[in-house]
Amino acid sequence: MLKLEHLYKTFNPGTINEKIALSDLSLHLKPGDFVTVIGGNGAGKSTMLNAIAGVWAVDKGRIILDGEDITALPEHKRAKLIGRVFQDPMMGTAPNMQLEENLALALRRGQRRGLSWGVTKAEREIYRERLKSLNLGLEDRMTVKVGLLSGGQRQALTLLMAALQKPKLLLLDEHTAALDPSTAAKVLELSDKIVQENQLTAMMITHNMSDAIRHGNRLIMMNEGSIILDISGEEKKKLTKQMLMEKFAQVAGAQVDSDQVLLSK
Amino acid sequence: MSIAVYFSSLSFLKLLKNMPGGVAQGLIWGLMALGVYITFRLLDVADLTVDGSFTTGGACTVMLILAGWPAWAALLVAVIAGVAAGFCTGMLHTKLGIPAILAGILTQFSLYSINLHIMGMAANKAVSVDKYDLVLSSRTVPSAILTGFIIALALVSFFYWYFGTEQGSALRATGSNPSMSRAQGIDVNAMKVLGLSISNGIVALSGGLMAQYQGFADINMGRGAIVIGLAAVIIGEVVGRALLGKHLNFYGTLSFTVIGGILYYAVVVVVLWLKLNSNDLKLFTAIIVAVFLSVPYLRDQSKSSFARLKKKGGSTNA
Ligand SMILES: Nc1ncnc2c1ncn2[C@@H]1O[C@H](COP(=O)(O)OP(=O)(O)OP(=O)(O)O)[C@@H](O)[C@H]1O
Ligand SMILES: [Mg+2]
Repeated sequence: MLKLEHLYKTFNPGTINEKIALSDLSLHLKPGDFVTVIGGNGAGKSTMLNAIAGVWAVDKGRIILDGEDITALPEHKRAKLIGRVFQDPMMGTAPNMQLEENLALALRRGQRRGLSWGVTKAEREIYRERLKSLNLGLEDRMTVKVGLLSGGQRQALTLLMAALQKPKLLLLDEHTAALDPSTAAKVLELSDKIVQENQLTAMMITHNMSDAIRHGNRLIMMNEGSIILDISGEEKKKLTKQMLMEKFAQVAGAQVDSDQVLLSK
Repeated sequence: MSIAVYFSSLSFLKLLKNMPGGVAQGLIWGLMALGVYITFRLLDVADLTVDGSFTTGGACTVMLILAGWPAWAALLVAVIAGVAAGFCTGMLHTKLGIPAILAGILTQFSLYSINLHIMGMAANKAVSVDKYDLVLSSRTVPSAILTGFIIALALVSFFYWYFGTEQGSALRATGSNPSMSRAQGIDVNAMKVLGLSISNGIVALSGGLMAQYQGFADINMGRGAIVIGLAAVIIGEVVGRALLGKHLNFYGTLSFTVIGGILYYAVVVVVLWLKLNSNDLKLFTAIIVAVFLSVPYLRDQSKSSFARLKKKGGSTNA
């Protein structure tokens, strides 16, 4: 479904701030794969997701999604294939617009936006149903401005929006990190549900090792811009935090001390 | 001059007599404010192109009417010229990475020369209602008000419809949250160019109307248009919210933008009637805009600010 082939990305090349963020990164996802991504701060996790989403162009390498080479497509043209939820709850929705208007924008992702009505009666019913399934009471607040919702409500809405027009790939970048623990758990559960119901291929970055182990069918660990660990199938099911730490120690060698702290949160 | 003499010199009748003309001009400024509303409120860009494109609209209209074109056709060309001006600003901003404010200033600056060219290197061109068939004129204020009202109604309705469409929603989303918009597949740059173009088209239209109303185009007629537009937008919002509160929908917001222009100009008429120095008008306007723009910020501050904590002093509230 997704093929990353030898991706390279260096920020601010040739300056004092030069930073190699992706280095020979390759990854191959099968349809229906749900990958959790872990790694220390600055390991390049977000950079990988941004490269896939097309926030900027990569320096080298190819990105192939659903058989289509998207390496040279700008962000808004890739959007039809990709659903995204960001770490910052403010980033995924338009605060000055109504709940249903936000959903309507998402429903038209990847389509030409013409001069027919922005929100139609028929789709309102779909939204009401979908919102009901969130159990947040949002179905009665469809004409409220999204800016008035809480962070958790917004993330739930953003998730719904990301899956409304079934994407080939769902990208979740620490999308529960800004939420309180109980809301985070709910949003995570919802993510699982949405991925399963729609049989989505998904990548989820998290700093929580238990979450990374509990969710998805595959786990990758990143360090210094490449993947240093890739566990899937039965092996992933049996994975424990302890084993993960040990594996990490094996692969990353001397760096383990500094990174252990970050990973074991 | 004693105060008594000053007051006795003010004739209320004179104020009444000047008010209709003020309303007519206010309507035209209110139309321009609709254009400013699109960029300032919907696109979240302060577009300074308007000072130039307002004059461009006036210049095109007058020159074409003088060349024998019917007034409506001249206005149409004015709109196209305004759209082109907005398009330039949009391109400078999105293709060349120039900050929006600066892009607007650059276009506005260059329009000064272009406007002079349009007017055949004259700073002022008159078009007499006696010789030409104009859409509206200060000679017949009541019918000018009616014409302005009809145009305002048409434009408000048009924008109400347009910003409810898929494309209009995409444009509003761009102003509300660009990163979300890109993630939803919206070409943010294209939307900005589109919004700036539409906005300046409307501004040029109102420039063309103003030139006909006052009977001439002047190279400086657009000076400060952005500030007047902002004043109208803000006055409209404040008054609209005060009168309608929660019931203020998008149609109301657009209507009150035009009403804001009328109210602004009514204040101008009163200021002139009070025989205050008209050269101070710009100062007054700037102060009004600054005060109203700062109100939301100050309201926030008063709810949660360091200053408030300081005032409370030793309160237990951490
Ligand atoms: N737009 C950018 N410009 C310059 N440097 C960047 C940019 N984005 C990321 N970087 C740098 O690239 C490196 C990788 O960053 P990235 O955000 O991918 O880390 P991460 O694995 O997501 O870390 P975290 O867990 O802290 O989110 C960091 O050193 C970061 O400073
Ligand atoms: Mg990150």
